[in-house]
Amino acid sequence: MAEVHDGAAGSEVEKHETAAPAPATAVVRADRIPNPGFPPERLRVTDLDPKKEKQAERTVSGLFLLSIVGSIIAVVAYIVLPIEEGNPGSVRLNNLFLGVGITLGLLGIGIGAVHWSKALMHGHELVEQRHPTRGSDESRTRAVEIFRESNKESGFTRRSLVRNTLIGALVATPIPAVALFRDLAPEEDPIALLKQTMWEEGTRLALDPSGVPIRASDVTIGSVFHVIPEGLAELESHRLEEKAKAAVLLMRLPPDELNIREGRETWSYDGIVAYSKICTHVGCPVALYEQQTHHLLCPCHQSQFDVANHCEVIFGPAARPLPQLPITVDDEGYLVARRDFEEPVGPSFWEREL
Amino acid sequence: MSTTAAAPATGSTEAVPSRGMRFTGWAANYVDERTSASTAVKALGRKIFPDHWSFMLGEVALYSFIVILLSGTFLTFFFDPSMTEVEYEGSYLPLNGIPMSVAYATSLDISFEIRGGLLMRQVHHWAALLFVASIGLHMLRVFFTGAFRKPRELNWIVGFLLFVMAMALGFTGYSLPDDLLSGNGLRIIDGMIKAVPVAGGWISYLLFGNEFPGTDIIPRLYVLHIMLLPAITIALIGIHMVLLVVNKHTQFAAPGRTNDNVVGAPVMPVFAAKAGGFFFIVFGVIVLIASFFTINPIWNYGPYDPSPVSAGTQPDWYIGFADGALRLIPSNLESVIFGYTWSWGVLIPLVGLVLFLAVVALYPFLEAWVSGDKREHHIAERPRNAPARTAIGAAGVVFYAVLWAAASSDLIATHFRLSIEGVILALQTLAIAGPIIAYLVTKRVCLALQRKDREIALHGFESGRIVRLPGGEYIEVHEQLDDYERWKLVSYEEYQPLMVRPDDRGRITVRQRVRAGLSRWFFEDRIAPVTVRELEQQKH
Repeated sequence: MAEVHDGAAGSEVEKHETAAPAPATAVVRADRIPNPGFPPERLRVTDLDPKKEKQAERTVSGLFLLSIVGSIIAVVAYIVLPIEEGNPGSVRLNNLFLGVGITLGLLGIGIGAVHWSKALMHGHELVEQRHPTRGSDESRTRAVEIFRESNKESGFTRRSLVRNTLIGALVATPIPAVALFRDLAPEEDPIALLKQTMWEEGTRLALDPSGVPIRASDVTIGSVFHVIPEGLAELESHRLEEKAKAAVLLMRLPPDELNIREGRETWSYDGIVAYSKICTHVGCPVALYEQQTHHLLCPCHQSQFDVANHCEVIFGPAARPLPQLPITVDDEGYLVARRDFEEPVGPSFWEREL
Repeated sequence: MSTTAAAPATGSTEAVPSRGMRFTGWAANYVDERTSASTAVKALGRKIFPDHWSFMLGEVALYSFIVILLSGTFLTFFFDPSMTEVEYEGSYLPLNGIPMSVAYATSLDISFEIRGGLLMRQVHHWAALLFVASIGLHMLRVFFTGAFRKPRELNWIVGFLLFVMAMALGFTGYSLPDDLLSGNGLRIIDGMIKAVPVAGGWISYLLFGNEFPGTDIIPRLYVLHIMLLPAITIALIGIHMVLLVVNKHTQFAAPGRTNDNVVGAPVMPVFAAKAGGFFFIVFGVIVLIASFFTINPIWNYGPYDPSPVSAGTQPDWYIGFADGALRLIPSNLESVIFGYTWSWGVLIPLVGLVLFLAVVALYPFLEAWVSGDKREHHIAERPRNAPARTAIGAAGVVFYAVLWAAASSDLIATHFRLSIEGVILALQTLAIAGPIIAYLVTKRVCLALQRKDREIALHGFESGRIVRLPGGEYIEVHEQLDDYERWKLVSYEEYQPLMVRPDDRGRITVRQRVRAGLSRWFFEDRIAPVTVRELEQQKH
């Protein structure tokens, strides 16, 4: 072992520098305990016993052989374990044996190589000196010189007009790139789109996903229906976009338990109420209905809405009640919307109240 | 022990080189005359890497990334990110006839038609989970040992960016199969984006190429996931490695190890064999897990539809802290100012998370400013020897853990038969009180451990030998440590709080007051290392 330094403050790495940086609030004690230097080396069992060395050699090559066997197993498994249509068991078998074969192939090499390095390769620790990370004074001086020279030769600071117009041009060039991104989406106003849904006067409430219209008489007390507007299931395009806004939950409560808000007397029909299914928090479907308490629960972030009290938030991170869809029945007894929601459904956005 | 000890004896082989050796020599010469490769071998071939189990965490991250690249490339051969609607006609009978996107259908095909496809999907997913986990643990190792100090602050930033990239890669990849679970994840992202002041609605519209969900998001995420983000990640890994070589690895204090040397195994052959072997072990373990344990069974979830959702939805674990933050916000936080909607319920967690990550990224600079220490540090500290830092780290870990637990609040409630309201209230309390308690407890534990170290360094350890003195008194004999054992306990950095002093113009600036305050906070409670004099006195 060459020289031993004391590993505390003011070490050689700093002393290489022209001016050692101040240790600031570090305490550097004069009588700190010195580094005792390297302890005597401890030999491994494979260094001492040729038999053990031979044994380790056999173990390593055994592991490498195991790896070859594993790779063969993998190929054999690939061939003899085909996937049969409609048989998930065949997928599982293929996955398992192919995987185990590949695993053996990999672990054999890995464990073998590590064992080789630990048991058989030259085991002494070696020492390398560190040097200060900063460049030598010579290269730093030269670097500064190079910058000066190139500044002089180009006139970068002297010709300030050239420099400033260049900076201006560089700032301006990315602007077209920003503009190019406008056509990521079609030429429409997204805010207007967010404020309307597929529901309109007379749209029948239909079952999700079948699209079968719902009669008021089908809705018994305590039941809940997942609802879409009639016609949504047949949409050729934008079906999911419309569904993401128009999905509704339909529930019937005993009329005496339902607190109807002032101005919404005509929005429900005989205890049947319809509320947007899209959570006002971040838009998950509020899919869980607790019949006894008339609470709706969003499974994503556990916001809870009280259906009996116009779906006001009673727990969780949501900030607004679920919007109510005004409904009534048509001549044939089917439930229909009176009109679209009176406020945007789903998560809040900047222009929501405008 | 010296740098030349390993040089093989070359004398005897010079006589008659074998054919193989002659070919090797010719090939090496051919390459070197065209590439100057010998310079690189000379510079790096015997470079020293210190050994410690915790140094493997970063290696695990690197190797799992390689596994991700390999398995991911396989998946791209079969996956089609299109959101065009098709009716499923495939091997998985329960979904037959159901309309779904091509992306979801091809994900099912990879799982049920392609031999080894399911294995590769699971290898890819497990490797991704391991990638983020090992980066997180690696960051904690670097943080708690102070390995981010000069000259490694910039590499900390590079590593932090890699952590962010890993999460971004994870989230974009998770979304690609377009299944119900990941679709709801995107729905949440959409809801969060819409809450962004001024431009939220527009950003969402442009990102999704229409109203949510649109038919563009999966192809767009695919391009990010397989091209842009991996390219950035590979570039960052490159910078991370170059800086690692330039700065050389830190090492733990041990006899003979100083701030000026690196003690360990040389790249060729020992480190190369160990690290190369370790790559195969990491790869092998990932494949082993993927062969036995299902991950992300998309066929159980069904295709994305904005209306259904299953109870107990969970994001992948590394997004959990963000989802948990959303869940902990109290109800009804929203205000309308001049007609514009501020959705605080989403904005507060969003800004909070950004601030939390900013503190993580900038911590090295804060600590450097407080201590004013401009020296290079190459000895990894034991966490107890930097009580304030360790306590801050513990507080951060607890904060993260509480948010993470909150992402499973519903499962905690159902599994332990608690009310969801009670669980949320407990977690809200813990999110605020937990970090404070963790800070105080950790700091005390560190100081107590330092005191214990000092005690052992000075008075030795209890030997377990009870001796009866002639007077009848029993004592337990203490045995002194030898110099090598003691070194680990006494070789650490010590700081004292900054004194506020007037500057050249006789003024005490606010900046200096703040720094002095922080310095007191960091260094007021400290245990000085044992000195030679104390040790001498003890012996007499």
